[in-house]
Formats: sequence, C-alpha cells, structure tokens
Amino acid sequence: MTELSRDVIVINELGLHARSAAKIAEIARKANYNVWIIKDNKMADASSILDILTLECAKGSKITLKIDDQSDLEILNNTVKQFETGFGELS
Amino acid sequence: MTDTGFREIILIGIDASPGICIGKAYIVDIEGVDVVKKYFISEDDVQDEIKRFKSAVNKAKQQLLTIITNAPEELRDHTYILETHKTLLKDKMLYGKTIETIKNEKVNAEWALKKVVSEVKSMFKNMSDSYLKERATDIVYVSDHIMRNLVGAETKKIADIDKRVILVANDLSPAEASQINLERIKGFVTDRGGKASHTSIISRTLEIPAVMGLGNATNIIKNDDLIIIDGTVGTVIIHPTEETLLDYGVRSSKYEELKAAITRDSHLQAETADGFQLKVMGNIELPEEVVSVIDYGGDGIGLYRTEFQYLSSPILPNEYELFDKYKDVVEVIAPKPVTIRTLDINGDKAFSNNSDYVEVNPALGLRAIRYCLKNPDVFRTQLRAILRAAAFGNVRILIPMISSYEEVLETKRILDEVADALDKEGTLFNRDVELGIMIEVPSAVIIADLLAGEVDFFSLGTNDLIQYSLAIDRGNRHVAHLYHSLHPAIIRMIKNVADVVRDKEIKLFMCGEMAADPINLPILLGLGIDELSMNPQSIPAVKSMIRALKVEDARAFMKDVFKQNTASGVEELIRETYGSILFEKVYARRKAFGDRAQKNYYRKQKGQT
Repeated sequence: MTELSRDVIVINELGLHARSAAKIAEIARKANYNVWIIKDNKMADASSILDILTLECAKGSKITLKIDDQSDLEILNNTVKQFETGFGELS
Repeated sequence: MTDTGFREIILIGIDASPGICIGKAYIVDIEGVDVVKKYFISEDDVQDEIKRFKSAVNKAKQQLLTIITNAPEELRDHTYILETHKTLLKDKMLYGKTIETIKNEKVNAEWALKKVVSEVKSMFKNMSDSYLKERATDIVYVSDHIMRNLVGAETKKIADIDKRVILVANDLSPAEASQINLERIKGFVTDRGGKASHTSIISRTLEIPAVMGLGNATNIIKNDDLIIIDGTVGTVIIHPTEETLLDYGVRSSKYEELKAAITRDSHLQAETADGFQLKVMGNIELPEEVVSVIDYGGDGIGLYRTEFQYLSSPILPNEYELFDKYKDVVEVIAPKPVTIRTLDINGDKAFSNNSDYVEVNPALGLRAIRYCLKNPDVFRTQLRAILRAAAFGNVRILIPMISSYEEVLETKRILDEVADALDKEGTLFNRDVELGIMIEVPSAVIIADLLAGEVDFFSLGTNDLIQYSLAIDRGNRHVAHLYHSLHPAIIRMIKNVADVVRDKEIKLFMCGEMAADPINLPILLGLGIDELSMNPQSIPAVKSMIRALKVEDARAFMKDVFKQNTASGVEELIRETYGSILFEKVYARRKAFGDRAQKNYYRKQKGQT
C-alpha cells in the first residue's frame, strides 16, 4: 500500500464544525481504506464526525490529509477540493 | 379534582413560549435509560449481541427518517439538525466503538453503549470551544435514542398520544419536539433547556405555551396531575386550588379574547386623532416570525436581524442559503417593506472557535459593520443575497454600528461593487433599495448632519444608544437601575437627530425597545419619528395608543418635556398629562396578562428595574 498525503488550510470562517465534518465523513466513508486528518500530531479518522470535531480545527488551522492506499486518490482529491472551496460556504 | 388534599405548588422556570394552558400532565418518560444494568455475555452470544445493537441503531435511523418526513410543515426548516443526528448514529466513535466494546469486554450492548457515550461526552465537555462543548448534547440525544430501542423501553411515543394533555419531560430533543401534534398537545414543561434551545424555538414556531428549565418538574409532577402552565411569565402550578383555576380560566380566555380583539384592530392604520399616520413595524429574527408581524398587524419589517443563520450553524451560511431565507420573508410581506440589517455579530461570537481570540470589551470591539468591513467576503456574500432578494419585494438595507463617515462611504463602495458584479453576471437582482444606518453610537448622533447626506434613512437603535451614551451595562445589576430611556440626554439626542432628518429630508425610524413602550409615545410623536419597529406582540398596544394621541398636542408637550431636569421628572410629566389614556390603553390590557406583567409595569412606572 502506498500512503499519500496533502496539506491543506482550513479557510472557512468557523472552522471544521459539524456540517463541514459531516461532508468530509460522507466522502471518507466511500473510501476503500482509511482516510486520516492530522493536526499537530493528532490523528482523526475522517469517516467519523466526532473524531474530526475533537481535533478542534479553527479557521487558519494547517492540517494534513492522508490516505492509506493509492486507490483512494480520488477521495483525497475530493476532500482537498472541499477544503479549498471552504465547503461551498464561501461564494 | 381540586379537593383531594393536595397542596397547590408553584414552580418558576423559563418562559420559553407564551400563552396559558390548563390540563392533565402527561409524563414522557425515558424509562430504563438512567439505570443501565451491566452483565457479561458468553463468547457465543457476542455476535447476537452485536446484531441486537445494530438493529437498535437501524431502528433509530428509520425512526428519525419517519420523524423528518412527518414533521409538520412549520417545522421543515428545523429538520437539518435531525439529519445530523442521523449521520451521527453510525459514527465510528459511537457505533464502531460500542461494537468493539461488546466484543472485547463481553458485556451487554446497553452497558457498552453507556460506557462509550460517557467517554465521548467527557471528551467534548473538556473542550475549550463552547460550540463543541454543546455537541455533547447531540451525542446524548442520539445515544438515548439507540438506548431506548435496545432496552425496548415502552417510550410513550409523543406522536401516539391520543388525549389532550400537557407534556412533562426531563428534556425534549428536537426529534421529540418535532413530533408534537398540535391537536393533542396543549403545551409542555421540561426540566432542562432554555430560551435559545432548539426545542424552545420549535414551541414558539408552533405557538404552544411552554415553560422550560424547571430543574425537577418531572419528580414533582405525577401523571394526570392537573397543572396550569403560563408560558407568558414562566410559571407552572400543580394541584391548583379552585380559586386559582377560576382565576386562570378567566386569564386564559381573556388572553385569547385579547389576542383576537387586538389583532382585529391592529390591522387598521395607526392614525392619530388629528390624522397623522405613523407606521408601526415588527422586529424579527427568524424568517418564520414574519407571520407574527402580519398577525399582529405590522406595517412591515422595521428590523430583520440576520445573525441567527450565522450563529445557529458552525459554518458561515452561503449566499444561496441567505437569499432563500430573505426571499421568503420579502415575498410573504410584500409590498410592505423589509428592513434587513446586515450582520451585527460580535467579534467574540464570530471567532468562538478560536480560543486565542478573546474580546476584552466586546461592546467596544470588532463587531457589526467593523467586522463586515474587515471581512469583506462575508459582507459581500450577504449583500449579494439581499440585493437578489430585493427583486422579489420591497427591501431596505440597514447598516449597524456606524460611528464614522468613512464607514458609510466604504459600505456604499462595496454595495456598488456587488451590484456591478451581479449585473455583469446577469443575475436577477434589484439595486433600487433604500440604504440606511443605525444611529446607536453617540458619534453618529453628533455627526448626523454629515451622515444624512449619504443615506436614505436613519434608524435609532435605542438599546445601544442608551447604553453607550449613559455608559451603562444593563447586564450589570449595580448600574442597571441607571439605565433610563427617558433620560434628558437621550431625549435631546433624539431631538438633534430628528432636526437633522427634517432638514435633510430623509426618514427617521426607531427600532429599539424604547419604541415598544407606550409611555414613550407622546415624546416619539412629538419629536417626529416616521416609523416605529418593535417585537410583534407590542404592535397592537402601540397602535391603539397612537390612535388616542394628537401630534399637535405632543409637539406642544415637548416644550414642557425639555424643562424637566431628570428622567423621573419626564416620566412624572407624561403620567400627569397622559395618565388616563395610558391606563385605559395599556394598563387595563396588561391586566389580562398576569400578575408579573403588572408588577413589571408598576416597577417601570416607578422608574425601577
């Protein structure tokens, strides 16, 4: 298995909260293997809203998205896109 | 019923939703959830136990889906929270961990769930972010739901209640409140919860009386007890005496009668005895409240506070979500105007997830227009939504917390930019909206002559204006008694603004609490305010008071007002001059609304708080 990771910055005003976490979880639940969100050496399972929330990612947080296997590349790209567009909350 | 030897008990809680109802208590029990038994299972039974847990979760999911589909029309906007609960049901940290615990510790599903939930709960309770702390409540709602399915507790389903009752519960989850059948449930009482809780918003939307935050009502009230709930003041009376029952029977019918009578008159214009028309508008916060403004006879929306959509969700609303709500309000009340106040958010609220950012002095900090100009993207999104909604009715834009001329120019520049962009995109919008500013900072009063040239109207936000001018924090009980809207300084400030407005030929509105108290009306009329805006319930009384006054008299009366040196002097003068009208129009009406309202009124009359 080849791990792949990408760094992103949380740009939406109120950070990673329930609704954005739900969007990530929905995408991650479709992955073949695990998808991770890493912040300050803490790792959360991207398919769990609760786990994501415990990272307490405010606006401006630098985080790393990691997939355990290359076959989930599309999932990784989609998730990055969500972050970059502020989860569609910015017009 | 009343002579059974029971003593009358009065409980005081939070007035979550107004109205009075009398009826039998129906305790909604969450049996078996508080006491969870632990037992071990054999290796062979592990798979069955997991299956049992999974089917309880699936059942909960189905139940939530049914609730969402069957939610009454009025509650459609509130079901998003149930969607989130649905997603949480299968969250690894809840679902996966419970299954793991059953497997590893060989315990029953109930115990495993309880253990996992209490871990998750404590994790959230220790977080610094207040938003995240509150997520613990959602986790409890979700796990309780699963737990009830697991233990097969005969939860008396709210949707199945077949007689007219008053619900009594420890807490009602949004899911439970969404099942309330208006034909069966007269009102409800809960131990927990408060005015801003989701459940309380639902009760106000459904217009049923509710008292919340009572602490231990479920221990004191028994099934079938006769109880009275007065959601107007927040009291619950258990085992009322014959006398109390009679009293509340009268009050309740008076309340209904009054609501009906007031509503009948209130649709007529508010015209003074000498033919001057004053517009009386409603303040709203939720789009649903526009219905109350119409019911109470408001001439439009004088203040639409737009913060709720920003604060109710952890994430900034997008243009489409904002546009959707604004359009709803604008369309429903058209052709009457809707005055949309742009985001009046406190810096500390906006940054609530960022623990590094603490405002030392939020009232003087980064809020309202200051926040918007510093975050132009947020501001542009809202302005785009407003201009687009303006294509569907009569919209005005109101900018809060203006304290300098430059802020007005910058706002207008951004507004033009947004309009140009919409035009280029070919999006449907209306640029022809009136632009006004809140006059709520003393500097704005002083430079009113400069500001007036740039806008179409001023709106006096008296709550903040009084607080900033008199340097009084109303939340501070040591100085709250000094807060007085009839302070000679305040009356003089309003006069200055009114003079400028007349000179520059723009319009003057008032949307603070000062506008809602009939005692202030002779002065507001005398100073020449064009429009008053208030909470919808106050509209009928204010309209009725206006009809009893004459502008000519009020103007002459102002000469005497300006001779008064103190707030109490001004108030004394109003009572001397207008006492009989006030009594007839206001006091006699308030009588029907219960003792507390009366007492408050008296206290107000005496200049106490």
